[in-house]
Amino acid sequence: MDIQTLANEIPVEGEYALEGVDFISSGEQYLTFSLGLEQYAVNILAVEEIRSWEQPTHIPNAPMFVKGVINMRGVIVPIIDLRLKFGIGEAKYDKTTVVVVLTAQHLTKSRTMGFVVDAVSDVLNAQENDIKPAPAFGGSLAQHYIEGIVNVAENVVTLLDVTALQTIEKQSDNY
Amino acid sequence: MSIDLSQFIPTFLEECFEGIELMEASLLNLEQGDEETINSIFRAAHSIKGGAGTFGFNHVTEFTHLVETLLDEMRDGRRNIAHKDIEILLDSVDCMRLLIEAIRDDCSYDDSKVIVTSQLLTATLNNNSIDENIVEDTTKDNENTSNAIADDNLTHWSISFIPEHHLVQTGNDPLLLLNALAELGKVSVTANCNSIPSLVDLDATELYISWQITLITAAKKEDIAEIFEWVEDDCQLVISNEESIDKKPAEINLDIANEADELITEKPTIEAKTKVKPNVTNDSSLQKPKAESGSIRVGVDKVDSLINLVGELVITQSMLSELGNDFELSKVARLNSGLEQLLQNTKELQESVMRIRMLPISFAFNRFPRLIHDLSKKMGKEIELLISGEQTELDKSVMEQISDPLVHLVRNAVDHGIEATDVRITNGKPEKGTVSLDAYHQGGSIVIEIKDDGGGIDSNVILAKAIENGLVDESTSLSESQVYDLLFEPGFSTAKTLSDISGRGVGMDVVKRNIQSLGGRIQIESTLGVGSTFKVFLPLTLAILDGQLVKVGREVYIIPLITIVESLQTQEALINRTSGDMVLYRLREDNVPVIPIYKLFNIPAQNKAIKNSLLVVVEADGQKVGLMVDDLLAQQQVVVKSLNENYQQVEGVSGATILGDGSVAMILDVPSMINMALKLAKKQQQNNIVAEEVIH
Amino acid sequence: MSKILVVDDSNSIRDMVSFTLKSSGYQTVEAQDGQDGLSKAQTGTFDLVITDVNMPNMDGITLCQELRKLASFQYTPILMLTTESSTDMKQRGKAAGATGWLVKPFNPDKLLATIKRVVR
Repeated sequence: MDIQTLANEIPVEGEYALEGVDFISSGEQYLTFSLGLEQYAVNILAVEEIRSWEQPTHIPNAPMFVKGVINMRGVIVPIIDLRLKFGIGEAKYDKTTVVVVLTAQHLTKSRTMGFVVDAVSDVLNAQENDIKPAPAFGGSLAQHYIEGIVNVAENVVTLLDVTALQTIEKQSDNY
Repeated sequence: MSIDLSQFIPTFLEECFEGIELMEASLLNLEQGDEETINSIFRAAHSIKGGAGTFGFNHVTEFTHLVETLLDEMRDGRRNIAHKDIEILLDSVDCMRLLIEAIRDDCSYDDSKVIVTSQLLTATLNNNSIDENIVEDTTKDNENTSNAIADDNLTHWSISFIPEHHLVQTGNDPLLLLNALAELGKVSVTANCNSIPSLVDLDATELYISWQITLITAAKKEDIAEIFEWVEDDCQLVISNEESIDKKPAEINLDIANEADELITEKPTIEAKTKVKPNVTNDSSLQKPKAESGSIRVGVDKVDSLINLVGELVITQSMLSELGNDFELSKVARLNSGLEQLLQNTKELQESVMRIRMLPISFAFNRFPRLIHDLSKKMGKEIELLISGEQTELDKSVMEQISDPLVHLVRNAVDHGIEATDVRITNGKPEKGTVSLDAYHQGGSIVIEIKDDGGGIDSNVILAKAIENGLVDESTSLSESQVYDLLFEPGFSTAKTLSDISGRGVGMDVVKRNIQSLGGRIQIESTLGVGSTFKVFLPLTLAILDGQLVKVGREVYIIPLITIVESLQTQEALINRTSGDMVLYRLREDNVPVIPIYKLFNIPAQNKAIKNSLLVVVEADGQKVGLMVDDLLAQQQVVVKSLNENYQQVEGVSGATILGDGSVAMILDVPSMINMALKLAKKQQQNNIVAEEVIH
Repeated sequence: MSKILVVDDSNSIRDMVSFTLKSSGYQTVEAQDGQDGLSKAQTGTFDLVITDVNMPNMDGITLCQELRKLASFQYTPILMLTTESSTDMKQRGKAAGATGWLVKPFNPDKLLATIKRVVR
């Protein structure tokens, strides 16, 4: 399916969203996506756009998960492969690979970055009390990335903190 | 109704900075003393105080009030303009700047200086004119306050209002005054028309009516009096509480006595107040964020020229689209000329837009009179500052970043350049040292000169010091300019004793690095005994550069044209390998180290052999290197975009740009690449001294 | 609609005064000092003049004196914006023909309330 059609078809109101959650429109909305077999989500207000994968321009000596930068309407936007960053799934790039572009506030400035994920799934409507803290023995994922987890039917969706996702450790000297 | 005042605050802050700058500059000139100058300083302080009060920055008002009072006394001739007072005022200006900056950056500030200065101001004020202040304040307070007996319960007031005949000529309207009274409570008014003359004698501009008013209100006497405040001298006005008319005289005496008490107790509270200020922490000044100001003032002429150009662009566009409507091959010539016109328009438009970012360098030079004043005082050296070329225009962001390095260079000139006064006299030089600042355009760059008529730089001393610090070998022979360059080596300081002015850890190496990060360079000329000149060369703008596009693997990079010496294809005979991984290429008399970009950046490349490869020889810091690339593409102007905005600084790269096809290309940062190559080479030397890699 | 001339050398104060007045339905003309004020005053009739005292080129006191010399400003209310609440400044203002004064700092509400005393 064409990626833009997919993006357009993502429901913005709760009624079409995942079953098993009691929808009241006052809750926060999250865009869910998959990395390998796992489900993750970010606050929908941070989502700038969803793009199809294109080969970015390489950044010299960047960490492996930083794929490079692209031109998004005149703005230079770095592309991070979340699968590589989190070590989940297989980093392959084909026609269905998508880039979720997220904008978040860092102190006084806002920052925009694209994140490569396997597929965008749905919009999740979550009340504050649906969101549970992440278990201390989480998976491989560092705690500071995780805002909380939400149960959706039998599955668990991990909510990610966009600001933490966008923080890049100082580039190392290893070239 | 409520009006959001915050929208006016940026303008107010901008005005404050202008006022502060004016105060500072005028104070420095005031040493000769004249009325117009002191008046303008007073006016600036006065406006800041007024604005601060209006916008709710009471701590600024409080502090500025002290400054204003002192200035007022000077202005009125009540106080002589003493040297000591000017120093206090200069300190006060610094404090005001501190306070306003704290508001602008929404951060805390170091209040110790403010406290000390306001105490100094208070002390100075008390010293001379304590009596006058009290007299003045008493009169002031008498007008505004009154311990009226009225409580919150309704009171019956009886008001007799007999205006002078000329009252309306001042623009006051008795009807509106009565309306205002009516807003306070229930009013009943009796007009007395007895004094209206016959029509023959009547002057239409005079007022002949008087009023007797009763007012039932919860308002206090001062509220009522306030309504008549503007006319109290032009009428007979008696406001009396109907139950207490006969108590009146006693009441007034009581008031004065009370106020005297208040005045006596007031002093300690002022001092206490200055100590307890909101938002205040110590040591915070160090981490003060440096705000790049977000707005530019642009001359109308620049905007007009833009509008003109856009007009031309629109004409060209309509011409082209008309041409496109029914295009035939016969019209190719017209199409071509249209496109050429479009190219011309775009170019001019681009230049015009760039000019908007240009500001006269006086913005950076303005802080130097004060700096020199302070420095010469501290060092006990008499110094004259000459400024020229202050109208030379420079890109705003370059200006903001060059300011600090310039300060360092000027300090240096005063500290190390200009000799002590007795030395100057012995050497037959004028007692007063001269530091001059100049700015001018040269080719595509702007040159800023910092010149002193001091002792000059002794290259022998520098060389000795460099050898002592192990920076150079005793056997090396260096040219004069190479010796001067040693000054910019990290950790080098020629000051024999550390002085308070320079030599505080921030060295010339930082100055050089700052200048280089702007794409500029610095050069020293010096004659022993006559003086030194530091020349800073800067690009006019950071937003656009001329670049050579090169290809490595599938990546396109941009090499700034200004750094390129030449491009060539290597000849095997001229390739020399040295120990380690270093390859040198013989370029006439030079041996140029070869840096393969693919290796430095860890990317795949088509061609890894140095033999017959393409080298772009670039130069930075007097060091030539050959960048090995796969292919040379076009030369073009590119718009520089920052990687910092959404990512971070990347070593070896100064920014990125968007090419004609919409793809992104990295702009190479040559000095930083040389640095990387050096580090890489060192690392490899350490890691494997033994294995010399085979180069295909 | 009443038309008011606002004279102040401070952009922020002038903007604030003018904005406040406009949002209450007054029409305003702005001038940046006494000189400017005087020449703008001659471009029409005004129902009120609000002027700062301390200004470059021509101060508010002089402006007031000059305005009173003009036939069309003989009876026009003139208010002084001043931080100097001392009697001296008020007397000088009155002597120059000012109608009244407004002591800085003031807020928009106070400004509007005060203006009601001289403008219908």
